[in-house]
Amino acid sequence: MTDAGFILGSYAITFGSILIFAWRTVRSGKSLSDGMSDEEKPWL
Amino acid sequence: MTLDPPSTVSTTSRRGTATAATRVLGVLTIVMIGWLGVFGLLLSPADRDQGDAVRIMYVHVPSVWLAYLAFIVTALASAVHLFGKSHSMQADRVAGASAEIGVVFMAVTLVTGMLWGRITWGVYWQWDARLTTTALLFISYIGYLAVRGLEGSRSQRARRSAIVGLLAVLEVPLVHWSVRLWRSLHQEATVLGTDLDVSLDGLMLFSLFVGVVAFTLLFLWLLLHRSRVLTMIDLSAETGLDAALAQRRAEGGVTA
Repeated sequence: MTDAGFILGSYAITFGSILIFAWRTVRSGKSLSDGMSDEEKPWL
Repeated sequence: MTLDPPSTVSTTSRRGTATAATRVLGVLTIVMIGWLGVFGLLLSPADRDQGDAVRIMYVHVPSVWLAYLAFIVTALASAVHLFGKSHSMQADRVAGASAEIGVVFMAVTLVTGMLWGRITWGVYWQWDARLTTTALLFISYIGYLAVRGLEGSRSQRARRSAIVGLLAVLEVPLVHWSVRLWRSLHQEATVLGTDLDVSLDGLMLFSLFVGVVAFTLLFLWLLLHRSRVLTMIDLSAETGLDAALAQRRAEGGVTA
């Protein structure tokens, strides 16, 4: 594969950004929900 | 003698923002993203002109698709908040969550585009019509998020950001059609051009389709989780304000 560094780098940046954003979202959801009852979570 | 554990919120409530539906959606998204990696890097052929550099398209185009989709959802939710009878705060939170997702993926679009540009044009950046309008769109939504963080009540924040959300979305068609409106280094739309002609090899088109489906599912998953997080942030702020007011009343000897 020619220009492998740029190509693999673009995939790494894309998938890495997805992973970090998803992980931060799930983690903040978990820490915030610790202080709340199920009645305060309309999605349940 | 046995003692019951003390009843606290954290032991009686379910943690996180997940439901059965989001778990299914999450698994589907991971599977599709896995397939995107396989098709994009291994199965799809190299391009006649661009060679292997075309593989960047399978993450670059779905990223910009997701960002456009997120900004359009922000505008629609802003309109629901602004013009709806109830001025739904949930619509405001959906708008905010969608804009955050859009900004992340617009950043990914810019970076992957720069890497692709370095291979095909020999430079990371040119002040070209498409690149410049894309950068402006990105900055506009950074501004939108800044407006959401301004001082004021929640309804003031929602109203101000809804107006910005409705104005900023007007840039999306400008960015998309910038390659037609001005002379540009950037290639024209491969799939959604004005003539709706698809100029891609079958397996390349399928790989791109896998990417678009994967990123659409990802958007839905992120939107559900992020808007639930924003709901809890608002609720926490409300609870904190109530507690602070109660404390002040107690200090002043005022009964509610």
